[in-house]
Amino acid sequence: MDALDLARWQFGITTVYHFLFVPITIGMSVLVAVLQTAWVRTGKEHYLRATKFWGKLFLINFAMGVVTGIVQEFQFGMNWSDYSRFVGDVFGAPLAIEGLLAFFLESTFLGLWIFGWDRLPKRLHLMTIWLAAIGTLLSAYFILAANSWMQHPVGYELNPDTGRAELTSIWAVMTNSTTLVTFPHTITACFVTGGAVLVAISAWHLKRRNQVDVFRPSLKLGAWVVLIAGIGVLITGDQQARIMTEQQPMKMAAAEALYSDAQPASFSIFTIGSLDGSEELYSVRIPSLLSFLATGDFDGAVEGIDNLQSSYESTYGPGDYKPSIPVTYWSFRFMIGFGGLAMLVALAALWFTRGGRTPRNRWLWLAAISSIGMPLAANSFGWIFTEMGRQPWTVFGLFKTADSVSPSVSAGEAATSLIVLTLLYGVLAVVEVGLFVKYARAGAPPIAPESDEEDRPLAFAY
Amino acid sequence: MELTTVWFALIAVLWAGYFLLEGFDFGVGVLLPVLGRDNRERRLLINTIGPVWDGNEVWLIVAGGATFAAFPEWYATLFSGFFLPLLLILVALIIRGVAFEYRGKRDDDRWRRRWDWCIVAGSAVPAVLWGVAFGNIVRGVPLDASHEYVGGFFNLLNPYALLGGLTTLTLFTLHGAVFLALKTDGEMRSRAGRLAAALSWPALVVAAAFLLWTSVAYFDPSGLIIFAAAALSLIGAAVAARFRREGWAFIGTGLTLVLAVAGLFVTLFPNVMPALDPANSLTVDNASSTPYTLTVMTWVAVAFTPIVLAYQGWTYWVFRKRLTVERIPS
Ligand code: HDD
Ligand code: HEM
Ligand code: HEM
Repeated sequence: MDALDLARWQFGITTVYHFLFVPITIGMSVLVAVLQTAWVRTGKEHYLRATKFWGKLFLINFAMGVVTGIVQEFQFGMNWSDYSRFVGDVFGAPLAIEGLLAFFLESTFLGLWIFGWDRLPKRLHLMTIWLAAIGTLLSAYFILAANSWMQHPVGYELNPDTGRAELTSIWAVMTNSTTLVTFPHTITACFVTGGAVLVAISAWHLKRRNQVDVFRPSLKLGAWVVLIAGIGVLITGDQQARIMTEQQPMKMAAAEALYSDAQPASFSIFTIGSLDGSEELYSVRIPSLLSFLATGDFDGAVEGIDNLQSSYESTYGPGDYKPSIPVTYWSFRFMIGFGGLAMLVALAALWFTRGGRTPRNRWLWLAAISSIGMPLAANSFGWIFTEMGRQPWTVFGLFKTADSVSPSVSAGEAATSLIVLTLLYGVLAVVEVGLFVKYARAGAPPIAPESDEEDRPLAFAY
Repeated sequence: MELTTVWFALIAVLWAGYFLLEGFDFGVGVLLPVLGRDNRERRLLINTIGPVWDGNEVWLIVAGGATFAAFPEWYATLFSGFFLPLLLILVALIIRGVAFEYRGKRDDDRWRRRWDWCIVAGSAVPAVLWGVAFGNIVRGVPLDASHEYVGGFFNLLNPYALLGGLTTLTLFTLHGAVFLALKTDGEMRSRAGRLAAALSWPALVVAAAFLLWTSVAYFDPSGLIIFAAAALSLIGAAVAARFRREGWAFIGTGLTLVLAVAGLFVTLFPNVMPALDPANSLTVDNASSTPYTLTVMTWVAVAFTPIVLAYQGWTYWVFRKRLTVERIPS
């Protein structure tokens, strides 16, 4: 492998890894804030216990989100210096703004939340978790604006002297049509993830009839969030598909492994055949669905890979403009499939626990417990689809991945960092999952009687 | 003033803020096994920085992001050129950040000892390497005509830069000891105070050596004045530490760090990364973004920096009380 492949593997691994923690942070910060609000409003103890329980899990996850995020920030310069030179003028701005507006807010107010439990007045303390949650949403907006610019560059000009992209309108970058659909799709997916965490862990306890007063409301809250946010994901995903077809038609063709133009185009649920989908033996198809996804019209025309390849060639010069078809084809299906599965489980959870029921069927509970992994898988496949489908470009139509890599970094160095980070991430995954499971099993802590003593021990501290 | 100069100054401010704030976090981390004799004491030490360390680390993230936005060429050359040291710093910051959060999550001495070790290494390694990195930037590095770093790893480990690393390590450690004397009470307070007083002598010696070398080899008149002020405040900090004037000592070490960063940046200006062959140097002009980007960024900075400073300041106010070992659950 050369330095380019190594850098790509590293970026893929570290980013997918970062994005395992990110959606849990975004989803759960809001859910914990909601639970704490319920406690402050009603004074009911089980809300306080729920807040502390989910809050602990949230913090265990948050720590990993933070430390893996720093790698992301540095990686652009370390492994992709030519990319950074090319886009810095445009791309650096949202990144810097994200730090100033969002990361300071998140980290400072989360510190206040963790250590402020018995030091701040109740309502002020409640405000700190809300501010931290707002910080996570802001951070998502700015980073997604940066990413959307790579999918669909706007508000820039190419400087012929330096060969670099230069920002001409920050407003255009911040209101990029791609950002406007990517943000809601990603955020709703994050809420699906956060909701599924609540569903899965509550189910584990309810299966054992453990702390029912805490976990029944949590299960219901989680399941409703999965369902409602899930519907949001579907709606926004549909819009995104249309915008994507306009902006990156090759990605949509690759998502269906559609080689020749079709009108109407059908959508295959799955295909058995050659890996790149050029020959198929058997497939299950829904007529006209691809046309609808791509154009909003059941009779719309969808361009195929072969035609797009030649039209890209005449626009951008000779080259291979096809992304990896098996990856895009399957990641698109896995995203939709795993996300849909999580929604089904949530629906079932609501149905079987309606009106105070607690079913005994262990398969139901096992399905609910395993639903924690479904949105995580859907998220990862969504990103893998988005990013791999953009290949061979890093900035669509402007700048190729092959030209992005750092010329001064040797294959040895790139391999070192890939190996070091992958091993470290592997070890940390074991540690984090271990702790997460330990605290999830322990259940909600009993609440110590409130004391007004000035020097009471620090409860939530390290 | 030109916007490029403004942004050069703002990046200096971000690094100064980072050294000032995360400087004592690193110091506390390094001193963990020295001052914390049992688990409860070590928890006490960690909890002095518990509410703030992550916010302090964001100064680094913003410094990186601001460099990317305002001086993309600088960001690209620096981060790809210093590849392996930065990888080490990343690993250190990762294990350290996770350690704070996870060490208390299991009631097991071996578990805690391992994380303690991560905190010590995760604090000491960046404390040294940031000094090495800045030493190399001031010294100048081999860059080719397209501003790519061509020096390799071992070129970065020259004596001047290593002395820079030793300087940041001792200064951060002293800063941390002074901070602990200010933030704890009882036995820990006097222990930290004694250590701070003792540490100020090696810190003075090392810093003086680094200062002398910098002034002789990379002379810059205004830089020299600022370095002199940094030296004075370090002496002031040493005296204050000797007489257990904790507040003054902290102001002294804090000022020293801020002035040292200011001195380094003033010495650099108008270069951002001098090359051994001056024709290839990166300067505020050839490394910067367009005026439009800089203008946008300036507005954002003007609007939001005061807010950030206000709420970070408020955090320190909320947690202003000294901690004692009695408040740590046993
Ligand atoms: C959709 C949301 C999203 C996406 C696509 C990314 N992140 Fe992220 N990131 C977050 C959402 C987020 C967050 C929710 O704000 C995190 C997760 C946990 C946390 O602490 O904040 C975070 C943490 C986090 C941190 C640590 C902040 C701190 O110390 O408090 C950094 C430096 C980054 N990220 C940088 C990046 C970069 C450079 C990315 C692009 C490759 C990236 N993130 C993708
Ligand atoms: C919003 C911020 C993001 C930015 C700026 C970004 C940018 C990039 C860049 C520069 C590359 C390297 C070039 C390449 O190999 O294609 C890349 C690749 C990749 N990214 Fe993203 N990305 C972002 C978010 C994500 C997220 C959140 C994920 C998934 C969790 C992701 C998944 C991937 C994958 C899998 C690759 C590897 C593609 C390959 O093999 O080349 N990206 N992205
Ligand atoms: C009918 C269902 C869905 C459709 C039509 C859909 C559509 C899309 C499309 C077209 C993209 C690529 C956007 C681009 O490359 O420009 C995408 C990305 C993504 N999807 Fe979905 N999606 C669906 C369901 C889901 C579900 C259920 C989840 C997770 C719970 C999910 C999570 C993601 C994520 C995280 C990304 C990457 C970020 C982004 O580009 O927005 N999607 N989706």
